[in-house]
Amino acid sequence: MADEGLVPWRQLALGMAMPEAGSAKRFNTGDWRGKRYPVTDRDKCIKCGLCWITCPDMAYLPDESAEGYYKWDSYYCKGCGICIAECPKQAIEWREEKEEDKYGPACGS
Amino acid sequence: MARRVGLEVSLACAEAAKLANVDVVAAYPITPQTHIVEHLAELVADGHLDAEFVPVESEHSAISACVGSSAAGARTFTSSSSQGLALMHEILFIASAMRLPIVMAVANRALSGPLNIWNDHSDIMAERDIGWVQTFAENGQEVLDLMLHAFKVAEDKRVCLPVIVNMDGFLLTHVIEPLLMPEQAEVDAYLPPYQPQQRLDIAQPISMGMVGMPEVYTEAKKASLEALLGSYDVVKEHWAGFAKQFGRQYKPIESYRSEDAEVLFVTMGSLGETCMTAIDELREAGVKVGSVRIRLWRPFPVDDFLAAIQGAKGLIVMDRALSPGVPAGPVATELRGLLYAKGYHLPVQNFVAGLGGRDVTRADFRMMLDKARKAFAAGGEMTCEMVGVKE
Amino acid sequence: MIEVRFHGRGGQGAVTSAELMALAAIAEGKYAQAFPSFGPERRGAPVQAFLRISDTPIKLREKIYEPDVVVVLDPSLLATANVKAGLKPGGTLVANSSKPVSAVRGECGFGGRTAVADASKIAEEELGVPITNTTMLGSLMKAAGLIKPESIVAPLAERFGKIADKNRRALERAYAETVIEE
Repeated sequence: MADEGLVPWRQLALGMAMPEAGSAKRFNTGDWRGKRYPVTDRDKCIKCGLCWITCPDMAYLPDESAEGYYKWDSYYCKGCGICIAECPKQAIEWREEKEEDKYGPACGS
Repeated sequence: MARRVGLEVSLACAEAAKLANVDVVAAYPITPQTHIVEHLAELVADGHLDAEFVPVESEHSAISACVGSSAAGARTFTSSSSQGLALMHEILFIASAMRLPIVMAVANRALSGPLNIWNDHSDIMAERDIGWVQTFAENGQEVLDLMLHAFKVAEDKRVCLPVIVNMDGFLLTHVIEPLLMPEQAEVDAYLPPYQPQQRLDIAQPISMGMVGMPEVYTEAKKASLEALLGSYDVVKEHWAGFAKQFGRQYKPIESYRSEDAEVLFVTMGSLGETCMTAIDELREAGVKVGSVRIRLWRPFPVDDFLAAIQGAKGLIVMDRALSPGVPAGPVATELRGLLYAKGYHLPVQNFVAGLGGRDVTRADFRMMLDKARKAFAAGGEMTCEMVGVKE
Repeated sequence: MIEVRFHGRGGQGAVTSAELMALAAIAEGKYAQAFPSFGPERRGAPVQAFLRISDTPIKLREKIYEPDVVVVLDPSLLATANVKAGLKPGGTLVANSSKPVSAVRGECGFGGRTAVADASKIAEEELGVPITNTTMLGSLMKAAGLIKPESIVAPLAERFGKIADKNRRALERAYAETVIEE
């Protein structure tokens, strides 16, 4: 059999529970992203927050350094484009991403 | 001191849940289980039991609510029957996989169709592989005792699995009979408050009911399987503790007049009593017959069963359910497989009796014995007969 | 072991009759079983209830096919419900009827020991309702014994609370008025 188990059965937590809270935070969905990523033009942005609400991977969070705006997180964005489709002002656009730029400064923290 | 009382067995079952001081009851009424949950609802409403009674809209919701409350660390009880148990089906596997010590009383009843509210074992035989510990009660006292034992086993740190106590619908649930009702203090001494191994707690968050990817599903099933197999020792240990506390001794397999018996009946549930009286009458006529009764059904007590049938020249296995499309009922299929695997060459005649409330009488036992002895003497093929079918 | 079959109509309390007798016997330290004819019970429909009383533990879960005693709570069932089915030749029939024993025997075809009381009349007068279950217990106790008369007091009180005394009076009247012919 080519497939192998990941964890010896005795080491699984009771009922295969995950005893650590918030471990999904480490899940690097940004790794799934293809060759493009969304970029927000803050001149067009009306701070409605729809990108934040509709993003399935919490890749947008309130920008603490610029009130009302939302900060994009490269570590979680899987490049689905929902934010681009939902933005009522067409403020978000695709930008081409080079392989070496993929893990930019904004990482899951 | 325990009090000797006359009580309907359903109420004794509910009283056992009260004595176990359950925190949550989530259940949906269905004949013949109704009196159990009705009585618990009354006990809660009248302030005799400090518990949450969740009046759900279906059995699927009942067991789902139980999964939630048990995960939150509450001592949790439910009860069902037949179609209701079937509606719980998918969640039953989840409860055992999540290792939640829910206790359920099943008032065994035939599955439809045709629509039938009366007793047989087709409901529980469809749930053989859910990974729960399962016991079968023979009378009202045993219902009460197995209920208390169920909580003790389920919540044991070495087990952490849900437990079903099976009781024949109507044949037990609706009968008033004498039983010894223990004092609360005695029960408290046997069954201390539930201390969960892990639970949903916002102060110490964990995730339960995770996805099991192919890389981990096999290992997760192995862990649950080992827990169920390992529960065997704990089941026996807590029966020993029960005997010490309450003076009544229970074993995984119960034998009756089997020492020198050439033929043994194998029964489950309340049928065992009629079987014993039939055996007494046959013994008076000089027939060397006895019985073994399976009290612990899951995990199946292989060694106890093999020890109990030593010396027998043939077995008559009673099934109270069909397993359509294979050559025997579920119990006989399993026992024939077990005997083959263990190298026994013992003939097993199988009778499917008591379907959908059809009475099983002493005369039926005599008829089965007669047919089986002829078959054993002829050395023919092992058969399965549906008892009493009108041609 | 004594086996008793009760015939009544849904709502007349045949099941309660069997239960009260079982509770009284258990309180005496005996063994007993009381159970209904399992199934949906509809008001007015013929129903049965069963009772076993024994000095030793009862290891039997089959129905009662050959009762020692048959109790008929409703006179209309005597001719229609085959109440004598399986009744042992030396057994006893206990019937609610305003008619004499000979007429009751004629209606149900049982020629053996027969006890009759006009339980409907007694129940109407004592309880104000034609529910004959507790009344017929008086006839049953007179005809078959089974329990000590005082043993029924506690189960009656437990079940009927404020109206227990009325039921007890009906029971005692039936006990006194029951006519038995061997």
